[in-house]
Amino acid sequence: MEMIELENVTKIYRMGEVEVYALNGVSVSIKQGEMLSIIGTSGSGKSTLLNVLGCLDRPTSGRYMLDGIDVSRLDDNKLAELRSKKFGFVFQDFNLLTRATALANVELPLIYSGGRYKRVKAMEALERVGLGKRAKHKPTELSGGEQQRVAIARALVNSPSLILADEPTGNLDSASTKEIISIFRQLHEDGITVVIVTHESDIAQQTQRIIRLHDGKVASDGKADSL
Amino acid sequence: MKFFESLVISIRSLFSNKLRSVLTMLGIIIGVGAVIAIMAGGRGMENAVTSTLKDLGTDVLYVQPVNPDAPGAAGMSPGYAGANLTLDDSKAIARIPGVLGVAPTNENFVEITYGSEKINSVIEGSTAEFQTMSNYELASGQFITERHVASRDNVVVLGSKTAETLFGDEDPVGQRVKIKDKRFTVVGVLATKGGSMFGFSMDEVVVVPITTYQARLFTQRTPSGQDAVQSIGVLVAGPEQMDDVRADIETTLIKRHRIDEGDKNDFAIVSMDQMIGVFSQITGVVSIFLAAIASIGLLVASIGIMNIMLVSVTERTREIGIRKAVGAKRRDILLQFLIEAAALSLVGGAAGIVFGWLLSLAISFIATFAGFPLEATLSPVHVIIAVGVSLVIGLVSGIYPAMRAARLNPIDALHYG
Repeated sequence: MEMIELENVTKIYRMGEVEVYALNGVSVSIKQGEMLSIIGTSGSGKSTLLNVLGCLDRPTSGRYMLDGIDVSRLDDNKLAELRSKKFGFVFQDFNLLTRATALANVELPLIYSGGRYKRVKAMEALERVGLGKRAKHKPTELSGGEQQRVAIARALVNSPSLILADEPTGNLDSASTKEIISIFRQLHEDGITVVIVTHESDIAQQTQRIIRLHDGKVASDGKADSL
Repeated sequence: MKFFESLVISIRSLFSNKLRSVLTMLGIIIGVGAVIAIMAGGRGMENAVTSTLKDLGTDVLYVQPVNPDAPGAAGMSPGYAGANLTLDDSKAIARIPGVLGVAPTNENFVEITYGSEKINSVIEGSTAEFQTMSNYELASGQFITERHVASRDNVVVLGSKTAETLFGDEDPVGQRVKIKDKRFTVVGVLATKGGSMFGFSMDEVVVVPITTYQARLFTQRTPSGQDAVQSIGVLVAGPEQMDDVRADIETTLIKRHRIDEGDKNDFAIVSMDQMIGVFSQITGVVSIFLAAIASIGLLVASIGIMNIMLVSVTERTREIGIRKAVGAKRRDILLQFLIEAAALSLVGGAAGIVFGWLLSLAISFIATFAGFPLEATLSPVHVIIAVGVSLVIGLVSGIYPAMRAARLNPIDALHYG
């Protein structure tokens, strides 16, 4: 089943007088449960594509169907709701609240989505990434790999159907990178759709499918071993 | 998001910046404190004046001369008022049914000496009835009598404070003091009464017979050449006769002063209740005026809060981005920053109330120590108003920064700094 269908999506940024096409007619469809990577040189539009996919940004034109609903024209509040229910984000520089504990960081999405047993759910998510014992530590007391695992727990806590990771291993050493990638593979095996933006081809090689962007267009889209 | 959770987030972030929060609150603390101190002090002053006036007796009417040609209330001011009441007017009023007694009274300031001791005192020229009408008790000797008045004796009754200053532990009765180079025999000393009128203690007073006052101390004549009386106190039998007596005094004086129908009266009849009302109004207006000036401080405080909230929003751009990325809506962010501003202002306001209250206690203490008994009174209404004003200041100065925070684009916010 197609979970996501992008049809001829463009994203134009205005830099003064100049219009920059960050995405220029991208059509991509993603199935439920896929694990794929988006690669490309810097400026190829891969982060913009991830932001559009995650409803952090709206396309300038084109259609974005998510589970059969056109989300490209939804208002800010509806998009916030989607982000909270369907997506989990993982960023290159972790983006944790430095003053809050690991547990409080993981709880954050639950504050905005409502519901009960916040602490229990947050603890479960932390245990899922193997950080149950470090729940009371602040991000500054954790290693880079551990911080990224907290971020993944935060992305998981609302049981999203899609995890979007923007250069998740960009700031990590090779040991931590391995750890993080294996967590993503585990999530994929659990049935969660995982999209990873990266410029490292050996990371891309570990996903089933690779979409390569060039100048805002899809240059290639296929199985990992076909590259 | 629940309100409670926003509150927790806001309080935490205020605590994580303690020094900055306290400095920002300082503006509100001083502003609210100043307003509260002025209101409490003003209320205390009003109470002090009112209780002094009530102490003079509420079954009393005062007849005062008025200059009918002067505009508005200016006709009653001592500078404008004509000298047109006489002792004969006073005697005529005394014959009205329902009048228990009259005390024609002239008043001035004078220096009294005894040996090398000197004191500036209020001097009252009056009759025997002055004692009852002003609620004075005698500590020793006697008060001015009708005979003293009739024969213009050089006798004087001293207020307790005046007596103490001049004589110390010595018994003043029978001694002679000098007023305007004339010798007066002390016949009595008044008991301490307490209270003050615009800073003049009710115990710093001397009383002489009105006839002596007119003939030997301060001479003022009516246009027809008689000795003038500044005011006539009228003791009425009871509150229910107040209106009748007032009407009778008016007809009597109109007849005696030959005032034509349609012309303005050259006198006014004022009751104690009216005087209390006027004084309350004056102190009320003065304290509101002062509070209005002090509330400029609140405006400055409000700008301070807005400034610090704007800084805070900029500093926490990335935090806002993170919150939005994990599902915070605009109103969640708006609420968080609004509550933060309101909490800053409310806590500052509460501290300001305490500060203002302490300030007004200090003012009362200093004023009482300096001889103006004053008990600052903080009314619940003032507290409620202060809390309300603080809340409004917080919301008003927080709304713009909060809106800026809520409008931030999540992607820009995430990649900020």
